Amino acid sequence: MLYSDKVMDHFANPRNVGEIEDADGIGEVGNAKCGDIMKMYIKVDGGVITDVKFKTFGCGAAVATSSIATEMIKGKTIDDALKVTNKAVVEALEGLPPQKLHCSVLAEQAMKSALSDYYRRQGIDPVPIVGEIGDCEDCH
Amino acid sequence: MEKRFIYADNAATTAVSKRVLDAMLPYMTEQFGNPSSIYKLGRDAEKAITIAREKIADAIGCSPSEIFFTSGGSEADNWAIRSAVLRLGAKGKKHIITTNVEHHAVLHTCEFLEKQGCEVTYLPVDENGLVTAEQVRNAIREDTAIVSVMYANNEIGTVMPIREIGHVCREKGVLFHTDAVQAVGNIPINVGEQNIDLMSCSGHKIHAQKGIGFLYVKKGVPMTNLIFGGAQERGRRAGTENVPAIMGLAEAVTAACENIPEKAARVAEMRDRLIDGITKIPCCRLNGDRTNRLCGNVNISFLGVEGESLLLLLDANGICASSGSACTSGSLDPSHVLLALGLPHEVAHGSMRLSISDETTDEDIDYILETVPKVVERIRAMSPLWEDILNGKENIQKAMKFVSPLK
Repeated sequence: MLYSDKVMDHFANPRNVGEIEDADGIGEVGNAKCGDIMKMYIKVDGGVITDVKFKTFGCGAAVATSSIATEMIKGKTIDDALKVTNKAVVEALEGLPPQKLHCSVLAEQAMKSALSDYYRRQGIDPVPIVGEIGDCEDCH
Repeated sequence: MEKRFIYADNAATTAVSKRVLDAMLPYMTEQFGNPSSIYKLGRDAEKAITIAREKIADAIGCSPSEIFFTSGGSEADNWAIRSAVLRLGAKGKKHIITTNVEHHAVLHTCEFLEKQGCEVTYLPVDENGLVTAEQVRNAIREDTAIVSVMYANNEIGTVMPIREIGHVCREKGVLFHTDAVQAVGNIPINVGEQNIDLMSCSGHKIHAQKGIGFLYVKKGVPMTNLIFGGAQERGRRAGTENVPAIMGLAEAVTAACENIPEKAARVAEMRDRLIDGITKIPCCRLNGDRTNRLCGNVNISFLGVEGESLLLLLDANGICASSGSACTSGSLDPSHVLLALGLPHEVAHGSMRLSISDETTDEDIDYILETVPKVVERIRAMSPLWEDILNGKENIQKAMKFVSPLK
């Protein structure tokens, strides 16, 4: 199985790894049974994602998709961050092997899950803004 | 410690040795004749493969006419089982007995035959990957055509009680096939003493080239032809012989079967050092039987770690390892062998197989022992599952029962 150089780079040197202690939103998707769990922490200020960190249990593609997803939303407005799709994640990584495409879906879900948590903490129903976040079983 | 390159995936494949290459080379150039040709160049090639067949027969204690060259282990497995069922099925024997930890070459053949109307009993293994001769005895029926139990497991290294299973099959008059791809060169094999009727072997696991192997077929065992055509392999498998590969295979089998007890003891000592050292890492588990184990196999699961990440980081540190069977790397499911041991998915996902050989050095072992804990620690530091383990979360408690304690 062949990973692109970009995937290997993000796997070997993942960006934004860690936790944010006073995060404004935390999302966790996936499960240990499938072999992938992504946990994403965001800090939001005036509608802008000012900081983002992640922790991932999973394969090389799972680590790389979470890493690049954090790069793609850091410093962005929530509106722009919501436009980052799994397809955009795959493109940014210069492709993923077919059996690893579900990792990009998981990365999109992790971002949305963190944003949903942010809205919930504000007392706002996230569904009209973020949408429903699919179950991870969907991508198998 | 300085970065090294360590090949610890000998159960996947091996390099062609100098000795094997030297045996092959003349048959690619000067000695290129077709063994079926009448002139001296052809006769010489035929003589060469006759001697090759004799060497292999000597190494496993059978007669040369009982050796059939194949393209490797998978072909031999396919042929042995399909052939038995084709011949005996006509007499109403359509039942196959195998185990749930076999190589896919056996399992997928059985699944195919099920669709053709056969019935297959998949014997479950115990938590260390073993089946017993008693299980086989209890599963044999009037209509059992063949029993197929692997000699040693490719993933977890567990060595099955082949002689005893063979004995039961002899008693009951049922054919016994074993996939010995991982066993040849690691365990002394004598097909007669071990009551084996059919045995599959592969060259590239023992320093021959890829694409060559053989099937041992005991005299009198009913066979069907695999490839129709010329008279090669006594008409059973037509097609001009791959003479250089056969010459290499004979040399490889001979070399692999020299001084097995001495070689295996030295390799097992290194293996035990790896097992003892690596299992000091918290929340891990040795997969496979500790005693009945291939001398070069180490298979350990680390909770909170995903296998592919582990392999990629080991590779970045110069260590070639594997996670279960390389044949299943296209699939996302954990290995069927690890699941057959009763492991939860969380534990099975975090497995690593190291397969060392007599070319492995003590320095290699030192390096692996220094590198693996660092890599595991690095992966766990960014794993939300490891965080759950440290926080004693409920969802991970079931999996915790299968691994060593946290502290």
